[in-house]
Amino acid sequence: MGALNRRLKIGLAILAVFIILGGILPFFSPEDPRDWIRHPRNLPPSAEHLLGTTNLGQDTFWLLSYATQNSLFIGLFVAFFATLIGVFAGLAAGFIGGITDRVITLLADVFIVVPSLPILILMSSLLQGRASLLLISIVLILFNWPWPARQMRSIALSMRERQFVNTARFSGSGTFTILAEEIVPHIFSWAMANFVNTVLVAIATESGLAVIGLSSLEEATLGTTIYWALQHQALLGRRWWWIGSPVVAIILLFIGLFLISTGISSLSAERRGHGDA
Amino acid sequence: MQFAKFVVTRIIAYVLVIWIGITVVFFVPRFMPSDPVESMLGRIMSQGAYMEAEQVEAMRATLTQAFGLEGSLADQYFGFLHRTFVTREFGPSLSMFPTPVNELIGRALPWTLGLLLASTIIAWVVGNAIGLLAGYKSRWISSRTLEIIAILVYPIPYYITALILIILFIHINPIFPLFFSVRGEAWSWEFISSAVYNSVLPALSIVIVGFGWWVLSMKALASSISEEDFVYFAKLKGAGEGRIMTAYVLRNAILPQVTVLALQIGAIFNGALIAEILFSYPGLGTMTYNAVLQADYNLLMGTITISIIAVATSTLIIDLLYPVFDPRIRQR
Repeated sequence: MGALNRRLKIGLAILAVFIILGGILPFFSPEDPRDWIRHPRNLPPSAEHLLGTTNLGQDTFWLLSYATQNSLFIGLFVAFFATLIGVFAGLAAGFIGGITDRVITLLADVFIVVPSLPILILMSSLLQGRASLLLISIVLILFNWPWPARQMRSIALSMRERQFVNTARFSGSGTFTILAEEIVPHIFSWAMANFVNTVLVAIATESGLAVIGLSSLEEATLGTTIYWALQHQALLGRRWWWIGSPVVAIILLFIGLFLISTGISSLSAERRGHGDA
Repeated sequence: MQFAKFVVTRIIAYVLVIWIGITVVFFVPRFMPSDPVESMLGRIMSQGAYMEAEQVEAMRATLTQAFGLEGSLADQYFGFLHRTFVTREFGPSLSMFPTPVNELIGRALPWTLGLLLASTIIAWVVGNAIGLLAGYKSRWISSRTLEIIAILVYPIPYYITALILIILFIHINPIFPLFFSVRGEAWSWEFISSAVYNSVLPALSIVIVGFGWWVLSMKALASSISEEDFVYFAKLKGAGEGRIMTAYVLRNAILPQVTVLALQIGAIFNGALIAEILFSYPGLGTMTYNAVLQADYNLLMGTITISIIAVATSTLIIDLLYPVFDPRIRQR
């Protein structure tokens, strides 16, 4: 099953490029890329402007790097808290059972079904483009904890009955020791795969909101970059570098993240002895 | 009895989904740092509309009512629930005064339902069929190629696919029209053909992404079921390939796919909303967007409430179809 690890490698390589682009390069930016009319408008790519300039006179490359930073930050922030809440809610539901289980399962099912976008649209329209990225992230956490919770619950349910848990219990380990030593390592890779997946979903939703101009317009994210390009008729003006850069960046970033997430889950399936997942 | 219990739990979940969704919608304007009525008023006036003092007062009253901000919090809340579950009356549209919001939604809803239904069914059926074949014949080169394509396509969000289709087929090769335009009398041949012609790209953007997911998940399911003992037994027994694939593998693999479809409706709806806006397709998404741009709060509350009800109802219908696929629930 070498192909499965290859997925992880390719995914990590792509992600590394974006971490350099969004995590490191913005600190070396010669300018605030959000400022308008710093450069001549609509230049094609050159040594000075790697991806050309926008109709607003911004350097597309630095704008992209700045936007990547914000998008990655949203993704990581949402994924961290959504996974954290989801894992604990799911484990609680699975191990405690009874009424706790019913309430958590019901809430999770409800938040999976309710479409998040209309609610985000309502919120942003009330704030008129001044919705902070933090506020949007909090709403995204609200809609993204149920997936890990469902997964953790079913893992917890099956885990309760597993042989190795019983063996540990009969050999005199306390509940906490069992959790820390037997169960956490088992679910860690699941949580990692889910974490990466949530980064993807969070960035996708924020950009989706941003593409129609309903995210924070004062900040640059991959989505708002597309929005400004669309607003200034980059399509009709055939300014492919401007609109194309964030579009290609999103595609590559998402393929990378998806490869990592499936790579991690295959890797853990392999370790458990059945490489079919 | 099991069937009755199944139906009752689903219906309870359905009501709860709508209730919690509506409750979130109710509390969003109340948790905002600015007063929604005043900020809306400011926005309407800034668009250049000159109003007499009494007109401003009347507008303030209308907006207060639109947000359901009259009376105590409990009154407001029960009024809001009553409007959602009983009357479904959202008042007149503020931007297309005095057309009732219900009439506008009634015009947009069939477009959205048609688009979603057609594209989701196409993606689900075709994706699962190909995934089944690819999982069952996992050693075929074409199966592997297909999986790679699906991996590359699935993680891309709907609006990016939509943008790429717009760039490729509207701007670079102008095969499809720039603006959505449907001609002819309702249900004449010209009407239907122009509606389908205009809907091809929006539908395609939804189909492509969904397709990738169904291929991937079905392939994983089918290949692991193909290695089960009962499939091996069927092969030894001499059952035909086609029969093993449909009656043995598909029947087992399809169950999780139905469950996942029900869970995905909300996400598919989110994607369709943005696709509609990008293609200016005349459905709920575009209407919600226009309502935001024109600060038409009656319309916005109406479209959002109906969106939640529509998604919950679609999920309920798929859930209730589940026994068709799973005989264990049908039998008592």
